[in-house]
Amino acid sequence: MITIFYFAGLREATGTDREEADLAGKTIQELSAWVNSKYPHLSLDAVRVAINEEYALSEDVLQDGDTAALIPPVSGG
Amino acid sequence: MKAYEIVTEPIEPQRYADYVLRPEAGAVTLFTGHVREWTRGIRTLYLAYEAYIPMAEKMLTKIGAKIEEKWPGTKTAIAHRIGELQIGEIAVVIAVSSPHRRDAYEANEYAIERIKESVPIWKKEIWEDGTEWIGDQRKKPDVSNENKGLDSE
Repeated sequence: MITIFYFAGLREATGTDREEADLAGKTIQELSAWVNSKYPHLSLDAVRVAINEEYALSEDVLQDGDTAALIPPVSGG
Repeated sequence: MKAYEIVTEPIEPQRYADYVLRPEAGAVTLFTGHVREWTRGIRTLYLAYEAYIPMAEKMLTKIGAKIEEKWPGTKTAIAHRIGELQIGEIAVVIAVSSPHRRDAYEANEYAIERIKESVPIWKKEIWEDGTEWIGDQRKKPDVSNENKGLDSE
């Protein structure tokens, strides 16, 4: 299983801060498609994905047990 | 304290300045970023920050390592606060020491630029008539409706 984290506006729009999904072996691009099909109202265009706390590329592949965090545009500072 | 941390309590900047001060340092730059009440004519009541804490702390640590590589002889400490912050409170502190002032100034600005660009921290503005999560303040995505001209700086 993959644990997906949602932050900030994504957390509010999905109504959850995390969920598990059976996405091992899928790419980041496929993960985004899965999230988009579950939450069609989300805009993920500017969202980056981090796997296990490191920014990932859209072709990177998820392994069982990974955490995938959806990172909307940041605004620290 | 840790040299690179996300905190929930009020930030005491002097602790970070003291942490980076060494006998070989002739300069310490101490940047504090504060909650601003007025942004382009819109009044903020307070801010709520959240972070992906473990990733944010890792990235702050990497920024510090990068600074020590780019400006040899510097030492850095960075903290960002999350939770509800009132007007005037410190959201972020960056302390850099170096033998001479130029490196300390440059490295300090480098750190805040990197934080604003990619460290997973978000702020929500709370106004009298609504709230909004603020998006990237440096590169504005075409498709996002998150900014609406309300970005800071």
